[in-house]
Amino acid sequence: MAEENKIFDVEIITPDRVFFTGKATMIEFNTAAGEIGVYKNHIPLTTVLAPGVVTITMDDGKKEAAVHSGFAQILSEKVTLLAETAEWPDEIDKKRAEAALERAKERLAQKTENVDYARAELALRRALVRIEVKH
Amino acid sequence: MASMRDIKRRKGSIQSTQQITKAMKLVSTVKLQKAKTRAEETNAYFNYMYQTVHSMLTRSGNISHPYLSGGESKRKAVVVITSNRGLAGGYNSNIVKLVTGSSLPKEDVDIYAIGRKGLEGLEHRGYKIKMDASEVMEAPTYKDAKAICDQILEAYAMGEIGEIYLAYTHFKNTVVHEPRLMKLLPVDISDTEEPEHNGVIMNYEPTEEEALDMIIPKYITSLFYGALVEAVASENGARMQAMDSATSNADEMISDLTLKYNRARQGSITQELTEIIAGANAIS
Repeated sequence: MAEENKIFDVEIITPDRVFFTGKATMIEFNTAAGEIGVYKNHIPLTTVLAPGVVTITMDDGKKEAAVHSGFAQILSEKVTLLAETAEWPDEIDKKRAEAALERAKERLAQKTENVDYARAELALRRALVRIEVKH
Repeated sequence: MASMRDIKRRKGSIQSTQQITKAMKLVSTVKLQKAKTRAEETNAYFNYMYQTVHSMLTRSGNISHPYLSGGESKRKAVVVITSNRGLAGGYNSNIVKLVTGSSLPKEDVDIYAIGRKGLEGLEHRGYKIKMDASEVMEAPTYKDAKAICDQILEAYAMGEIGEIYLAYTHFKNTVVHEPRLMKLLPVDISDTEEPEHNGVIMNYEPTEEEALDMIIPKYITSLFYGALVEAVASENGARMQAMDSATSNADEMISDLTLKYNRARQGSITQELTEIIAGANAIS
C-alpha cells in the first residue's frame, strides 16, 4: 500500500514520562517560527517549540495534545519532540486553565511596573493552548 | 568480667538502636522504591536529551558558540549533589572525595552545593561555596533544576565561570551507586562515537545560534534534573544498605552479649552454691 511509505516514527518525551511513541503519517506543531506540518522524508531540522497544539495524524484518526516549550528534532524517518510539559486533553483541568487565563489577562491589563509581562504572556499562551486542546 | 547488670544494660541499648536502624531501613526501602520508579521514568528524557544534543552537535560541524567553546574565566563551577541527612554509609563522603581527588585546582573552584552534607564536607576542606540550594533535595522537581540551571548559566554568560562540572551519584541499580564527575559546559563532543548519519547536515530554525541558545540550557537543566532524581534514589539505596548492615551487626552483638549474660548468670549461681556448700560444711 502506498500508505506504508508515508509512515514515520513519532516520539514525544517529557522529563516525567514517555508521553507518546508511535507511528504517524503527519504531525503538526507550533514552533518559534510558526506552525509547521511534517510528513515523512522531511529535511533534518532542529527547531524550538512554542506553546501550542500538537496534532498527530495516523491512519485511524487524529490525536491532539498540548505541548509547552521544548524542542523538536526532525529526521527523515523520525520526529522526536522533547517537551518540558505535555498533556492529553483529558488531563487538562478546564476550569483551572480558564482561571489562569483570567489571571494572566488581568495581569497584562495592569499598567504597573511590577508586573512581569513576559511571564504573564507565557501564562496566557499556555492557558489558551490548554483551552484550545480541551475545546 | 562485666557484671550481669552492665551486660543487660548494654544489650538493652543495642536493642533500641537496632529498632531505630530497622525502622530507618524500612523507611528508606519504601522511599527507594518511589525514587527508583521516578528515576526510571526520567531516564528516557535524560538519555534522549543527551543523544539528541550530541548527535546534533556532531552533525552540525563547527559552530562557534560560547556554550561550545568555553568561557575565558579560569574559574570552574562544580555542582555537587549530596544528601541533607547522614547515616547513608559512604554516600556523601564518596562525592566529597571525588571532588577533592579530581584534577580541579581548589583555588579555582566554585561550589554550587545541593545537599547539606556535601556542602559541610567541602567547606571544611577549604572550598569556596558559591550557592546553597540544599532544600531542593527534599523533593526535586524540574522547576527546581531549572532555577539552579538559570543561575549558573547566568554566571557563565557573565564570564564569572568558564567551565561547569556536575558531581552526583549515578544510580546503576539498587546495590550499585557510582559517584560521577561530569563536564557539562563547554559541551564535550569528542567522546561521541555515533556515526555520522550519511553525512546529513542538520538544519536549524530560527538560526543555529538561536536554536543552540534555547536548547543547551534545556539540555543542562535536564541533566541536572536527571542527576537530582538519580541522587535521591542512590541516597536511599545507600541508606538502606547502611541500615541493613547496622541491623545485622546489632543482631550479632546482641547474640554475643546474650551468651556473655548467660555465662555471667550461671557463674553467679555456681558461686552462690559453692559459698552455701562451703558454709554448710564449715558448720557441720
